[in-house]
Amino acid sequence: MEEVAAGEKSNLAGVRHILLVLSGKGGVGKSTISTELALSLRHSGKKVGILDVDLCGPSIPRMFRVQDNDVHQCDSGWVPVFVDQDKSISLMSIGFLLEKPDDAVVWRGPKKNALIKQFVADVAWGDLDFLIVDTPPGTSDEHISTVEALRPYKPLGAILVTTPQAVSVGDVRRELTFCKKTGLRVLGIVENMSGFVCPHCSECTNIFSKGGGEELAKHAGVPFLGCVPLDPQLSQSLEEGRDFIQEFPKSSAFPALTHIAQQILDGTSQRSS
Amino acid sequence: LTEIAAELRERLRAVKHTVLVLSGKGGVGKSTFSAILAHGLAADEAKQVALLDIDICGPSIPKMMGLEGEQVSKYSNVMFKGFLLKNLGVMSVGFLLSSPDDAVIWRGPKKNGLIKQFLRDVDWGEIDYLIVDTPPGTSDEHLSIVQYLSAAHIDGAVIITTPQEVSLQDVRKEINFCHKVKLPVIGVVENMSGFICPKCKNCRILTLIFLLSQNESQIFPPTTGGAEKMCQNLNVSLLGKVPLDPQIGKSCDKGQSFLSEAPESPATSSYRNIIQSKSDSHSAKASSQLWALLQYIKVLYRSMLFCHK
Repeated sequence: MEEVAAGEKSNLAGVRHILLVLSGKGGVGKSTISTELALSLRHSGKKVGILDVDLCGPSIPRMFRVQDNDVHQCDSGWVPVFVDQDKSISLMSIGFLLEKPDDAVVWRGPKKNALIKQFVADVAWGDLDFLIVDTPPGTSDEHISTVEALRPYKPLGAILVTTPQAVSVGDVRRELTFCKKTGLRVLGIVENMSGFVCPHCSECTNIFSKGGGEELAKHAGVPFLGCVPLDPQLSQSLEEGRDFIQEFPKSSAFPALTHIAQQILDGTSQRSS
Repeated sequence: LTEIAAELRERLRAVKHTVLVLSGKGGVGKSTFSAILAHGLAADEAKQVALLDIDICGPSIPKMMGLEGEQVSKYSNVMFKGFLLKNLGVMSVGFLLSSPDDAVIWRGPKKNGLIKQFLRDVDWGEIDYLIVDTPPGTSDEHLSIVQYLSAAHIDGAVIITTPQEVSLQDVRKEINFCHKVKLPVIGVVENMSGFICPKCKNCRILTLIFLLSQNESQIFPPTTGGAEKMCQNLNVSLLGKVPLDPQIGKSCDKGQSFLSEAPESPATSSYRNIIQSKSDSHSAKASSQLWALLQYIKVLYRSMLFCHK
């Protein structure tokens, strides 16, 4: 597998940094963070790709409102779906390969692994500053296969997403162990859905309690990248596939999201200098 | 394979009802619902209830049932005993891990092997209700549990969703999965249907998603009509809608039963009545038992709604 990078020109040769977004828990906002991170990085003038390896529940196409697009073939492989005319964000997801959007992908491990290998090898990303890999919850086939397939390309590391509750933090602790065992660097932990500001009385309620992510980061000795509050404008943007970073700079989640992107950018510039 | 099927059939013969709790999407409340349903059913002390957690990589049930840190005693190499809370047996991979940091980094076949072991080797005893909590998706765990339980009687699946399209699109896939493997869909539960601010108190419950009261905010907007419209389109029944309540999350984190936290709820007596009627229907046909179960779940959820008033 290692010889891929050395031999013929790989499809990932033009990709500068690869990062994974992981969480042991489902529904904590992996795809949300992947999406907003991509939008924030684009805002800073970067070219970004997202590879969605959640094969049973792909959310990325919908979050960019390109769910009706198809993937085409070119000489070097699959052409990703571009979000805009400038081709500043490109996406690959099983969502683009399904005949009907409601089709269930009822696959066991080996079939999922084969597609992930193909996703890593055969997508013609071209030149990218960042490739963000959005994953399903867990520490199983998709994760093992993705990390194995990406290993020759030396991924930058992983961002772990949690919500503040103990139930979610517990799953993320297991994900930290996964990173340690597979030798994947942890870039940091993001606490999502950290509180909700009532639009009627401005009272902030910590629906899912608060502070679990930061505590975990401290406990594990990894960076804490920040808290993203529950923000109706953010979930609305994701439902409608709008650019939250462009449209809602005054909303409560905006500073948190751009701060996460900035820390990633700072980390990479330190690395290259 | 037929040998395994025969063995499982023998083991599971004493299980009267089986309900799978499914969702294509993660974090929508499968384990919360499973825990509440198990607690609710076990309120009738004459009934034996088993809660099986087949989320191998992210088991939440031990924590939600207040059993975190418990270890399962092993009789021999293969025999596990499910942990018992009076008449409620619980089994999860969480009981087999030595530390909360232990990750189960397993591919499909190993996960399937453990699920089979859970069904075959756990000393469940006589079970009236087996509730199976699942991980998100439509993959190994789901195919395996349906395959292994085909030897026993499965009443069907309760599907959990939240109102956003991002969640519903995965849930529609899950319903398609059920059709594919011929698993009856008991109904859909919509979680996190709204949020009631604890400060501006006189909040009302969201009964119709479009009739928003003044103090209710939608964090996860139902831009495509929520579960209600999806259920109409797919011809499945909507069992209930539950608003986001910080108390539910807290109860789960502490491993307490949300229902017993609100024992004065006017619905408590009515769901006891349902349990009564369900016992009566035991001699009746399976379909009426299914109906009773469905009614029970509805009342269970209504009782949760009442807790807000």
